[in-house]
Amino acid sequence: MTLTTGTGPPGGRPRGRAGLARRDARTGLLLITPTLLIVLAVVLVPLAWSLLIAFQRLRLINAGRTGLFENLTTANFARVFGSDALWDSLVTTIVYTAGSTFLAVVLGVIAALALRRPFRGRGFVRAAMLIPYVAPVVAVTFVWKVLLNPEFGIVNSWGKALFGWDDPIAFLSQAHGEISLFGLDIPVPTALLTVIAFEGWRYFPFVFLFVLARLQAIPADIEEAATVDGATPSQRFRYIVLPQLMPIIAVLVVLRTIWTFNEFDDIFLLTGGAAGTEVVSIRVYELLTVQRNVGAAAAQSVFLAGVLIVLLGIYLWILRRRQEGTS
Amino acid sequence: MTTTKLPAPARREAPAAKQTWSRDRVERRLFGILRVVVIVFFLVATLLPFYYMIMLSLRPIEDLLLRPDSLLPDLSALTLSTYAEVLRPVEDAGQGFLGLLANSALVASASVVVGLAIAIPGAYAISRLDFFGRRHVSAMFLMVYLFPAIVIAIPLFVLLAKLQLRGSLAGLVLVYIAQTVPVAIYMLRNYFETIPESVEEAGLVDGLSRLGVIRRVSLPLALPSVVATGIFVFMIAWNEFLFALLFLVERRDRWTVSLGLAQLSGSVEIPTTVLMAGSVTITLPVIALFFFTERLLSEGLTSGADKG
Repeated sequence: MTLTTGTGPPGGRPRGRAGLARRDARTGLLLITPTLLIVLAVVLVPLAWSLLIAFQRLRLINAGRTGLFENLTTANFARVFGSDALWDSLVTTIVYTAGSTFLAVVLGVIAALALRRPFRGRGFVRAAMLIPYVAPVVAVTFVWKVLLNPEFGIVNSWGKALFGWDDPIAFLSQAHGEISLFGLDIPVPTALLTVIAFEGWRYFPFVFLFVLARLQAIPADIEEAATVDGATPSQRFRYIVLPQLMPIIAVLVVLRTIWTFNEFDDIFLLTGGAAGTEVVSIRVYELLTVQRNVGAAAAQSVFLAGVLIVLLGIYLWILRRRQEGTS
Repeated sequence: MTTTKLPAPARREAPAAKQTWSRDRVERRLFGILRVVVIVFFLVATLLPFYYMIMLSLRPIEDLLLRPDSLLPDLSALTLSTYAEVLRPVEDAGQGFLGLLANSALVASASVVVGLAIAIPGAYAISRLDFFGRRHVSAMFLMVYLFPAIVIAIPLFVLLAKLQLRGSLAGLVLVYIAQTVPVAIYMLRNYFETIPESVEEAGLVDGLSRLGVIRRVSLPLALPSVVATGIFVFMIAWNEFLFALLFLVERRDRWTVSLGLAQLSGSVEIPTTVLMAGSVTITLPVIALFFFTERLLSEGLTSGADKG
């Protein structure tokens, strides 16, 4: 660009590239300030404060009187780590996160592949598939609860009619059930699996949306060339399409893992954390509101965040090693 | 379209390699059928719960208990009394959803207006202006999403208890803004970056200041994206549950609809069909907004992702 003296902005401002860049830098800081302020006030300061509370003997009753640095202790962590329930709920959280992420990604990719080529009504089908993701979580969990209700839910009444179930299955309140397969009784964690199925149903649209966008951006010429060379559809998918999808799938796996790991609403609304679905965030909530032990709740939540950071670190490390291996 | 073009080369090549041709044909047939099966399966899986929701909301509770397995309601027994009951104020023996809807609308609209007022300048700065620390901003946003909401909720919960501010809708709006600003900036930035710089430079040359360029040039061009972002923020704020639960639970008159439905769905006295009517009333606005702007929204969210 050329800012010659004749057309420069009036008012004796510094002219030319350097002056503009300096002004832009100042304007930029000014424009980003509100964002920074609100993130600082509502996210970063509370985070630091949470870390502090984790080392404080703090109950909701004395919250008003305790000073910022009073009653420092490590008792909260001793209490949190000393409890067997913590390790149980950590295992539950990990199983739940891995299962839900896997299910959502697999379903999302399958749905995206099915909608890749245009057909009549594709726009509608695409929009319809996004509904579970945009509908209010309170409403969809409530519908699932009614659908799966042992007394008047349609799943159980159809299960009895079509598959000959002897007793209704309490999908959301039964911790352990048994599936009879070839005469073997296989124990299954019913409620946990149901919650995972719900997560797969609710979050596959997110994966679907991004994978479909990526699919439509893949240029057709390589696949056309492969078709000419006699590659079958499955070969084209395996060797041409899938490698191009892997980067976006890797990102989606990370995002879904983070969000599922931190998930609270879905499980709280479906089971309340009962029947073997007590993930760590539910425990935090119970420590906070039922036992009213703010310090222990904070210690527990800091632990949750710490585990997540470690898991993500491992994942990124593996990813980098693999990339170094292939290149 | 491209679909009709694709099989042509395969047909030409067919006689050359008989083996692959037959496998190719089997696979084409198989995937052709599978595709239809998969589409139907997903359509049923996504829409059935919502159909069930609407159907139950129109049935009297006795009918549901008598015939739990029916997907087709008795047309003569359809009723709208469930909606009347759920919307009526509590004093008139209703569930007061009308008031809760107003709360939700207020909170969500305020989050959109203030959130956009904060995110638009921020997104513009990140996409166009080279300020100190520009590259670290996205790392900071990642942090916002990395930490569980409940970690942030604990001190805010204590603070509100301290200030005796529980039940404050303004506090809720602040939290929603902070939670949605990163994604709003992400969506808007993607769009600002597609505006050719030369258009803005022309404005600068003509004597507009940077802020003038944003207001007169960039913002009008980015309007579709601003609308999409606003709607996305609205939906998130409307659907949010955890913070509403922690901040408002003791004040029934301040509940949002999401919180209201969750609180009442544990109650034995309220018939399921009435609560289904409540579910429909809180879902309908979101789905309607979504269908009007689905294309805009999807593009806004994924426009950075299709580069791979």
